[in-house]
Amino acid sequence: MPINYYIVLALSLFAIGIVGVLTRRNAIIIFMCVEIMLNAVNLLLVAFSKMHHAAHAATNATAGTDGQLFVFFIMVVAAAEVSVGLAIIVMLYRNIHSVDINFLNRLKH
Amino acid sequence: MQKRKIRTEVFVNMKLYLLLIVLLPFAGFLINGLLRKQLSKALIGMTGSGVVLGSFVLSVIAFFDVKANGGQVVKYFDFINVGSLKVPFAFQIDQLSSLFLLIITGVGFLIHVYSTSYMHEEKEEHFGRYFAYLNLFIFSMLLLVLGANFLILFIGWEGVGLCSYLLIGFWFKRDDYNKAASKAFIMNRIGDFAFLIALFLLIGKAGTLTFSELFTPTALAKLTATDITTITLLLFVGATGKSAQIPLYTWLPDAMAGPTPISALIHAATMVTAGIYMIARSNLMYSMAPVTLQVIAIIGIGTAILAATIALKQNDIKKVLAYSTVSQLGYMFLALGSGAYVAAVFHVMTHAFFKALLFLGSGSVIHAMGGEQDMRKMGGLNKYMKVTNITFLLGCLAIAGIPGFSGFFSKDEILAGAFAKSPVYWVLGVLCALLTAFYMFRLYATTFRGAFRGTKAQEDHLHESPSAITIPLVVLATLSVIGGFVGIPEFIAHGAHSLKEFLHPVFADSYTKLPVHEVSHSTEWMLVAVSSTLVILVVAYAWTRFSKKPDLEESTGFRRVLENKWYVDELYNAVIVNPLKSLGSFFNNVIDTKVIDGAVNGVGRLVKYGGRQFRWMQSGQIGSYILLMVIGMLLVLVVQFFLRK
Repeated sequence: MPINYYIVLALSLFAIGIVGVLTRRNAIIIFMCVEIMLNAVNLLLVAFSKMHHAAHAATNATAGTDGQLFVFFIMVVAAAEVSVGLAIIVMLYRNIHSVDINFLNRLKH
Repeated sequence: MQKRKIRTEVFVNMKLYLLLIVLLPFAGFLINGLLRKQLSKALIGMTGSGVVLGSFVLSVIAFFDVKANGGQVVKYFDFINVGSLKVPFAFQIDQLSSLFLLIITGVGFLIHVYSTSYMHEEKEEHFGRYFAYLNLFIFSMLLLVLGANFLILFIGWEGVGLCSYLLIGFWFKRDDYNKAASKAFIMNRIGDFAFLIALFLLIGKAGTLTFSELFTPTALAKLTATDITTITLLLFVGATGKSAQIPLYTWLPDAMAGPTPISALIHAATMVTAGIYMIARSNLMYSMAPVTLQVIAIIGIGTAILAATIALKQNDIKKVLAYSTVSQLGYMFLALGSGAYVAAVFHVMTHAFFKALLFLGSGSVIHAMGGEQDMRKMGGLNKYMKVTNITFLLGCLAIAGIPGFSGFFSKDEILAGAFAKSPVYWVLGVLCALLTAFYMFRLYATTFRGAFRGTKAQEDHLHESPSAITIPLVVLATLSVIGGFVGIPEFIAHGAHSLKEFLHPVFADSYTKLPVHEVSHSTEWMLVAVSSTLVILVVAYAWTRFSKKPDLEESTGFRRVLENKWYVDELYNAVIVNPLKSLGSFFNNVIDTKVIDGAVNGVGRLVKYGGRQFRWMQSGQIGSYILLMVIGMLLVLVVQFFLRK
């Protein structure tokens, strides 16, 4: 399968993520959109890594595996980030009984 | 071996002596200045006079040492040491400076003593302030005279300018006095500016400011004739400021605003003689610039005549003396310009005696008259003030140049030098001497002869001044009478001009550079006879005329022009002061308020306006921040991929 399909898919996911972050007001949905964007990038990393592997497979046995390694790291970091983020949202809800980010403009004052 | 040892010992002492001569008045300045509220008037007067007396005693010792052993340069420390420029802090004591030391500290001391009585009515702190300034004045002048290079000289040069400002404006509550003080300072600054340029030129062209390195025929031979002419002319402009010559003389008559002893100090012992000293010190350089000498002679005689004509019609007793000083200084510059350096220094000395005497005498008169300075309200004072009368008369005789008095010898020597240069100078010089005799005896007769014209209250108040005032008068009168005998001219007695012999080492190199004009003794006799006869006739005329009928009525026509000082002040106001003032107000009102303030305020207003316009960005809404962030990223991407070549 040509690389183009992967790129288009990843870009679409990323765009969905961005639009979601920009338009939605629910903090949890925004959070999920951020995750979509992260995973779009992961998808691209894997795809490019695979493409790279195909070109150098004959000479180098381990070629193209570093991209996949990155993905694992990102997943680990994302998992940690999700736990912190969800905790923040929980605390948020406890304080203002809402997860609408339009109420989160208190830094201004 | 033994002899050499003694000589070194003298040298070591000299280093200390010179330092003490200078530092004693400075110590007096510090004590009187800092403790003026604590010390009593008697203590202040004693400190102030005592330090100057100490300097005088040391100066006498230094003078005799110079007379026996010759001059020397004493170095204390490196003042400036940058690259090839080396300016040591050093004093030069030689025949010229030791003579000036005696004049400054001697006459200065008498003026200090006189002041203790004259200023007695001042409050304690003002009395202390007065003596502090007076001591600082003496200190600056000593620094000026002793400096072994132009820089030290310049420090003293500026110092006397500052002190004259402080003392002319001593009674600072009166606005016109403050203006007179500022005028003196500004006029001096104009001259100092030229002086400073000359110093920089000297550093640039000759690489040194030290007199002993600079004023040797070999060192000066390295400079081109144009350089020397430029430098000497610029230095002379400095001298016209300090020594009140055309065009910068107008401050000196205004300096009468200060207390009378200050006028005596400025006019006789310090300050105005600085220019003469500086040129006499640089005589070799001036002798190599014939153009400059010509300029100096013309300015000198021009000033002498101009000031003398103004003095004819002044009614303020101090103003007459002030213009007389300007005129006599012109005489000294005529002598310098004619190459008769000894005559100039000689006249500085005799003038210091009789002008200090005349000013202190006029102070005594003003004191007795209860502050009145207008001669038209005096008259007949000889009956009330015997000592002042006699000493003042002696001073007038001396300044008029009556044979036998000190002024005669110095004036005659100047006239002889001028005649050698050009007979025209001689004629103008004699004319000026006649004018001098006329206005001095107009002053004397109007003040001391005839009938008293003041009020009854003033007449009852008239009294002879206390001894602190009369003793300096007597001393100065004695000096005015006998002071000329150190310079008896060659044609009267061979080898009797001891001053000329004494000063010879200072001017020896110049004599080889200057063209020699010998005037035969018979011609000199004739010149002296002519000038003396004329002077005596004028004195007799002025005396008899003004004793009987002093000119009290309003003057008209040309006399009015003279009374108004040829309208020179008005001319300066119209040509220089007022245009500068309007330029200043233009800069104040237009450039400063409109352009500069406008620019500064405009920047502020722009920032304020810009801030208001961009306030919507800081909404506090996370969503809008993210939107902006995404737009920014998109922009970066667009630039990165589509716009970059």
